[in-house]
Amino acid sequence: MMELREIILEGLGTLTLNKTRTGLAILGIVIGIGSVITLLSLGQATQKSIQDQIQSLGANLLTVQPGAIRQGGVMGAMGGRTTLTLDDAKAILSSSEVTTIKTVSPEVEKRMQVTTGKSNSNVEIVGVTPQYAEVHKIEISSGSFITQRDVDSMTRVAVLGPTTVTNLFGEGANPVSQTIRINGKTFTIVGVTVAKGGSGFMSQDDRIYVPLYTAQKQLFGISYLNSIAIEANSPEVMTEAQNQVGYLLLARHNLSDPTKADFSIMSQQDILDTASSTTKTFTTLLSGIAAISLLVGGIGIMNIMLVTVTERTREIGLRKALGAKKKIIITQFLTEAIILTFIGGAVGVILGIFASYLYSRLTSSVFAVSFGSILLASVVSVCIGVLFGWYPANKASNLQPIEALRYE
Amino acid sequence: MSIIQTKNLTKIYKTGVVETVALSDVSFQINEGEFVAIMGPSGSGKSTLMHILGALDKPTSGEYILDGERVEKLSDDKLADIRNRKIGFIFQAYNLLPRTTSLKNVMLPMVYAGVPREERAERAKKFLGMVGLGDRMDHTSNQISGGQQQRVAIARALVLSPSILLADEPTGNIASVQAEEIMAIFQKLNDEGHTIVMITHEPDIAEHAKRVIHLRDGKIFDDSHQHQKRISN
Repeated sequence: MMELREIILEGLGTLTLNKTRTGLAILGIVIGIGSVITLLSLGQATQKSIQDQIQSLGANLLTVQPGAIRQGGVMGAMGGRTTLTLDDAKAILSSSEVTTIKTVSPEVEKRMQVTTGKSNSNVEIVGVTPQYAEVHKIEISSGSFITQRDVDSMTRVAVLGPTTVTNLFGEGANPVSQTIRINGKTFTIVGVTVAKGGSGFMSQDDRIYVPLYTAQKQLFGISYLNSIAIEANSPEVMTEAQNQVGYLLLARHNLSDPTKADFSIMSQQDILDTASSTTKTFTTLLSGIAAISLLVGGIGIMNIMLVTVTERTREIGLRKALGAKKKIIITQFLTEAIILTFIGGAVGVILGIFASYLYSRLTSSVFAVSFGSILLASVVSVCIGVLFGWYPANKASNLQPIEALRYE
Repeated sequence: MSIIQTKNLTKIYKTGVVETVALSDVSFQINEGEFVAIMGPSGSGKSTLMHILGALDKPTSGEYILDGERVEKLSDDKLADIRNRKIGFIFQAYNLLPRTTSLKNVMLPMVYAGVPREERAERAKKFLGMVGLGDRMDHTSNQISGGQQQRVAIARALVLSPSILLADEPTGNIASVQAEEIMAIFQKLNDEGHTIVMITHEPDIAEHAKRVIHLRDGKIFDDSHQHQKRISN
């Protein structure tokens, strides 16, 4: 019998005879495997960065928001997005029934236009109390955070996130004691927070913190809260805290039926789960599309192999006339198909890794390539070779030698 | 001793309901060391006979014994084995692998026979030398003349020491000077003891054989020994 090494060498030899065709056939697999690897890696990276971010916000965090989340129904109390008040926040902190919490941070937020002398930007403005820093693990790199006196006397002071500083004042500037105008009103900068990382909607670094009352009365013109963040005593009492706060608020809002609640309480775990399941769905969907392109690539291989078999009918006839058995012919053509898909797979993996690396560099997000997905891609590409190479190879091996020799 | 023995070989092709009898009741015997030319007009069944003798095709009925083995009932893979070990083919169109060197072409049957790699090149070189192509071993088939290609094919046919050489119009595509060279090789091989069965429709090529079987309408019309035309070189 022929040795495998010989069959592979011969297959490589044949494939190099028509480089353009071989290249194009491989390209289909490269694109398929490459996109699968890229999308799986991106999904994994997104997952990881969401996890990191949410973890960095504190594992003991509960967030109360107006409006209930109902599954399969209409969002309750839509017009009542104003139902959460500062009194609610105070009650949660002082209630004797709520025993498992440490701190409460009432919050309002809204995007607003912010200008300095030379630049302007649309930034998330957050009205806070000093408790915000504790609950959200905010640290100050220069200056100080909002104080209770700032809140009580409604001063116009602001604490900026590092990204905001860069956007408004340029890289590395120290803006403390400079002024900015938020919605036309002048604020003095008293501090800059330490970078927390992250990008997009989760970013904590592109924000401006102002005293709660200042935000409510002077900027937003509202008296309600957008959310109340609560720090529980420990991760173990999260559920208990969630229940205690829930019942308190139900009572305060005169609601007897928990399913009609006009607020929702989410723990970090809930948010994490929601975000994870969203990215998972997304990744699965995109990988599915990538898998389709891989399938198309496989069909391309089958097509090329069928053309090859037809073109080489005489050669196959001759080989059989000279004593090649069915198995040898099958092995020969199957090997060629597998070589095509294997090379395609290998190039695809490299390109996929490169693409995800590039993406992570461009968006300064996490770079994660799972060894599993590479292994999977390699196995899949070889399987595609076998799957789509089998039919042409079998067709070749079943050619009758005289028929094949007569073929013009 | 008989190398080839056929008994009532019959081959019928069916296309739809129409049956075409290509061979009917052909029985003959070829002994070791013979040089037989099979002649006949086109449609006489000589190609069909050649394919059956070459184990490329199976008869509809009748018996074919090659070197003591019943061939007509064997499976495809067994037939491949017979073709590999017992038959050396020489085709009208040479049928060398394109873009492949002479050496590799001659090595091909040995690959399927499982001859160890080191031995293949050595044997191939020996037979290429024998047909006078010792200096063309690394030329690919499209770099050499038709006559030279046919000599490569002869080396390829001989390389596994088959019981019989089967040549199907071996000089059909070759200029007459080179055809004489090919026939000279055939006579030399026959003198050395090789059994040769050759199909041709050219009487002057058939003259080089010792025995001529004439086919007509799928039947043996004449089978006679003749005085061989010798080529001296």
